[in-house]
Amino acid sequence: MLDASTKVGDVHELAIVDDLTRTQIVQYAGASGDYNPLHSDEPFAKGVAGYPGVFAHGMLTMAMTGRLLVDLAGPEGLLSYGVRFKSQVWPGDTLTATATVTEIADGVLDLSVVTTNQRGEEVLAGTASVRIPG
Amino acid sequence: MAVERFPIEAGHIMMFARAIGEDDPAYYAAMSGDQPVPAPPTFVQASAQYDPDYILRPKIGQKWFGSGRTESGTAGGGSGGGEGKAIGSGLHAEQHFTYHQPLRAGMVLTATTRDGDRWEKEGRRGGKLMFGETITDYHDANGELVITARSVGVRTERAVEQEG
Repeated sequence: MLDASTKVGDVHELAIVDDLTRTQIVQYAGASGDYNPLHSDEPFAKGVAGYPGVFAHGMLTMAMTGRLLVDLAGPEGLLSYGVRFKSQVWPGDTLTATATVTEIADGVLDLSVVTTNQRGEEVLAGTASVRIPG
Repeated sequence: MAVERFPIEAGHIMMFARAIGEDDPAYYAAMSGDQPVPAPPTFVQASAQYDPDYILRPKIGQKWFGSGRTESGTAGGGSGGGEGKAIGSGLHAEQHFTYHQPLRAGMVLTATTRDGDRWEKEGRRGGKLMFGETITDYHDANGELVITARSVGVRTERAVEQEG
């Protein structure tokens, strides 16, 4: 959790998924309502869309990364959260989210947010602003 | 997308929390009865469940573009295209949320969507990438803004297997 001792440059890290399963992708499809067969239907993803296989919704990676922000700022501390999806996330991937404090002003703290896979490739990059808890 | 009624429900939040690997007990209050039940930061994405025309959900009685007897139920079988390919080829490039007030179970939202900018970029392997922005405002039952979402989608001019 962030607090009054938080400084610019502080880095917070969270392992957000270890060996992503196809079933978790299906869970996310069910909860979010996004049933794009690219994410759960291997014959479609390969045969029709031309991908090596199914891959995760970008929004699943964004949501999992959001857990780090909730850990830092509490469930109602977020002011903004935005990302770019840089690379696909595949079943079997292991992801780590990292948030770095870039600015602190007037009770608001800015973070740069990056999520990388087990090969060190960025799959998501963005920013968030949070209210300093407490 | 326009959603006339998006009820924020504790059970839906619990399912969403499970799907994203969030184990904070606050999100599982459907089982404990605790209040309030906060929604995870990207939860409004699930408003798609309440959009009657949402294109990425199978509709009862209609052909679906995913696989069944064939690789795509709307492409007439085999590889190579049809409607399924067009729908499936759009990808999500960016997503941004601005939070105006906390979102909790018990609230009922509306979602109204407008188009933002459109632009094109040359892809790394040739072929145009077409970007389009969609802005969605989520209001509560009193008409107060709760969350603004900005989504950027990208479409490729050519299918992936033809690029390489």
